[in-house]
Amino acid sequence: MEQIFFYIFAVIAVVAAVSVVVSRNPVHSALFLIVCLLQVAAIFVLLRAPFLAATQVFVYVGAVMVLFLFTVLVLDIGRETVVEYMHSHAFAAVGAVVALFVVLAYIASRGTITVPQGGFSEEVLAKNVEVVGRALFTKYIFPFEVVSFLLLIALVGAIVLVMNEKGSKS
Amino acid sequence: MVTLTHYLILSFLLFSIGVAGVLIRRNIIIMLMSMELIFNSVNISLAAFSYYLHSLSGTIIVIFNITIAAAEVAIGLAILVAVYRRRKTVYVDELNKLRY
Repeated sequence: MEQIFFYIFAVIAVVAAVSVVVSRNPVHSALFLIVCLLQVAAIFVLLRAPFLAATQVFVYVGAVMVLFLFTVLVLDIGRETVVEYMHSHAFAAVGAVVALFVVLAYIASRGTITVPQGGFSEEVLAKNVEVVGRALFTKYIFPFEVVSFLLLIALVGAIVLVMNEKGSKS
Repeated sequence: MVTLTHYLILSFLLFSIGVAGVLIRRNIIIMLMSMELIFNSVNISLAAFSYYLHSLSGTIIVIFNITIAAAEVAIGLAILVAVYRRRKTVYVDELNKLRY
């Protein structure tokens, strides 16, 4: 059963990812990216991490993709012409990427992991959010604070970057 | 039975598609979206390692990763809007001057 769902999510995710790269219209790309991110959230559920799935939906689909769509709408780019679509070295690039994937897949299928594998313990499965939250606020409190400060810097930086200079009109 | 290898292959597939998107497209918005694909592939492999090696650290790192990705998108799109106001283009080939 789990396998069937894994293949459904994986196939939709990969098809949507390919559509993001090949579609001409940036709005279609953004919508396909939303589909792909939702499938990734479903895969987090399969990996018994519901908190991650919720975060993925909130942050990526809710915030990041809305930012993307707003930018596409504000800039009013529209559909691309054939000349502007891809680089001239696209075939060489695709060949290199396929070679990269073959090497990575070979490593992943041939490599062995010596430590014992298995799922999460019962406690993590039953109280996922509680366990993750406790780890975030005790063991990982310093990186947590650093990341929150980084978000503040990004917020201020984004505002400063798009702010109009005094007196100039645009 | 879905094993760690399945998730790793899926992660590598999404990673390759993302790299291909960054390499072959000229539109800088699509390149940013492909970078999001790469971030997500890394998140999948981190979550898979976290589950199969029963350690919670991978899950925590994914949370930080999502935060960093949100910050990166905010800054990247702000730079894109600032560049578009001056140069009126989003194609990377035409953004070939360091000074305005």
